[in-house]
Amino acid sequence: MLNRRTPARCLVIAIALLGLLGFGTAATAAPFVVRDDKGTSHRFDAPPLRIITLLPSLTETLAVLGGGPRLVGVDRYSNWPANLGALPRLGGLDDALIEAIVTLRPDVVLASTSARSIDRLEALGFKVMRLKSENHADVRRTLNVLAQLLGTPEEGDKVWARLQREIAAASQRVPSAMRGQRVYFEIGGGPYAAGRSSFIGETLAALGMDNIVPPELGPFPKLNPEYVVRARPDVVMGVAREQASVLARPGWNAIPALANKRLCGFDAQRYEMLIRPGPRLGEAAAAMADCLVSLEKK
Amino acid sequence: MTPPSTSGRSATAGTSGGALLDGPVNSAAMGADSLDEDARARRRLGFALGLLMLLSALAGLATGTKGFSPAALWTDLQGEQASLILGQIRAPRTLGAAFVGALLGLGGAIAQGLFRNPLADPYLLGAAAGAGLAVVLVLAGAAVTGTVISLATVAWLDRVGLVLAAFVGALTGVAMTLTLAQGAVHTLRLLLAGVVVAVLLGALSDLVTVASPDALRGKQAFMLGSTSFLGWQAVVLLAGGAAVLTALAMRCARALDALTLGEDSAASMGVALPRMRLLLVALLAAATALAVAHAGLVAFVGLVAPHLVRRHAPGAHAWLLGASAAMGAVLLMAADVVSRAVIPPQELAVGVVTAVLGGVYLFVLLRRRGLQ
Repeated sequence: MLNRRTPARCLVIAIALLGLLGFGTAATAAPFVVRDDKGTSHRFDAPPLRIITLLPSLTETLAVLGGGPRLVGVDRYSNWPANLGALPRLGGLDDALIEAIVTLRPDVVLASTSARSIDRLEALGFKVMRLKSENHADVRRTLNVLAQLLGTPEEGDKVWARLQREIAAASQRVPSAMRGQRVYFEIGGGPYAAGRSSFIGETLAALGMDNIVPPELGPFPKLNPEYVVRARPDVVMGVAREQASVLARPGWNAIPALANKRLCGFDAQRYEMLIRPGPRLGEAAAAMADCLVSLEKK
Repeated sequence: MTPPSTSGRSATAGTSGGALLDGPVNSAAMGADSLDEDARARRRLGFALGLLMLLSALAGLATGTKGFSPAALWTDLQGEQASLILGQIRAPRTLGAAFVGALLGLGGAIAQGLFRNPLADPYLLGAAAGAGLAVVLVLAGAAVTGTVISLATVAWLDRVGLVLAAFVGALTGVAMTLTLAQGAVHTLRLLLAGVVVAVLLGALSDLVTVASPDALRGKQAFMLGSTSFLGWQAVVLLAGGAAVLTALAMRCARALDALTLGEDSAASMGVALPRMRLLLVALLAAATALAVAHAGLVAFVGLVAPHLVRRHAPGAHAWLLGASAAMGAVLLMAADVVSRAVIPPQELAVGVVTAVLGGVYLFVLLRRRGLQ
């Protein structure tokens, strides 16, 4: 039968097929597949409309990409942008409120690569995207993945380009006298340090600053305090309200940065921004640059 | 160290129900030979402890950002930063670890003697959990009012306040355990009550941290135990506390010896039991509180130190209390060295090290002797 099909008939079928395709794209987007950092491929028939994030950096990334209105719930720590206020709070990664999440019927849940709650949600049949965020490359990839997810794939690169511009602008402002100085960035009261391989370390490097923690120690090593004293950092960065107590640590008053009050203490809000690997990397770089400028004037 | 005058009871000193997990308590063999042997064992252990203390203190000084390295110590001594690195950081940290360990060992010896229970220790009695809850409450309260107290580096006065809060918490914890167990007579009951109280108080402090996430960061270092930031100030406070508490405990040694024969016998020997019990619980709580407020929750030292002493050289409490404190000091100094030497220049939480070492010790002991 096939070989007896007339060209005219073929044409009719082809036109019909094209019409179907056109109709399809007009009404609903074509199904698409997004891969998360665990290597799982998630198939979506249409961009998800009900999204839950369990990590502040993912909330922020989604919001910047224009997905804010599609959020139906966020984790306990998400607090940016300011208009999140009314959204249900769903606990943290490790103590997520599974029932509350289920009743919100999310199309997709965004989380980090590993947490107990995620396994449970997956077992219940929810789509959970596991996204790693440890360095700049992760931030960029997450931007692209989420932009794809929202059905606006080109937005990811746009935001990334803006972040790069902001970081470059911040870097321009760092006084030449400060460049190459060695920074110790403290996370929490551990002391945990932000190493060169962390996103904070990468931002510092982009600003032209040196870091006392070499990359082989990993992103956030818990250091022997003696190491910091020995390394004699020129600038110490951290939470403002903890810095008084940093001075009181045994032997630390001999660190040049502390003796000369070359401290970058960030208030809680700005510190939170600094320690979240998300779309405020540029702002974070600007905050660090601000401090470095003020130190140079001293 | 000279053998104590009360060595006549040494064979039964320690714990009357000591078969549970204890070393050889040869209550049947009360002969002069075994007494002599015990005295020799005590002398040997006393000497060994002195030597070990010296060695672990030296190891503490020789362990820095390059791990355990006497060669690096030598170059450090030549360097211009010698007084800073060694004098301001390593020396107080090592000594501080020693005193924290001594307090925990002393607390463990008091608890095991008072409750005639070889498994009693500040942790199993709920004292540490209570002290922990108190410290977390203080941290959270401070966070609410906008100041952050980082456990590692609180100022002198704040530290005293923290110790007091921890003391009240520890007392509350022990009191709850004793109430729940209706006294300390039943071993199993006491242990169960201790576990229940520890879980309850631990859960409460978890609750506080969830309500006040700001307190969380300080809490992690605290829960895992840390000797990183012990400075001279802390050492002075710890040393003073350890000296006073050891002296006070020594005065109760005879009463503890009498208690090993049972409460009735002790009472008939003229021990004012209610008052003595109260005093000993207070001493236990104070030792725990002082240790916890400085180094966080360092597990197992209080349990293992008296055990080791009794296993190797049983004796009366005058010996046991002092030797347990010394043993605790050695254990925590060693753990502190390990925590710094495993992955330099990074370090482990010292409480994790003690938990692993103590856990392995109990594991081996249980495998070998079984729970009878």
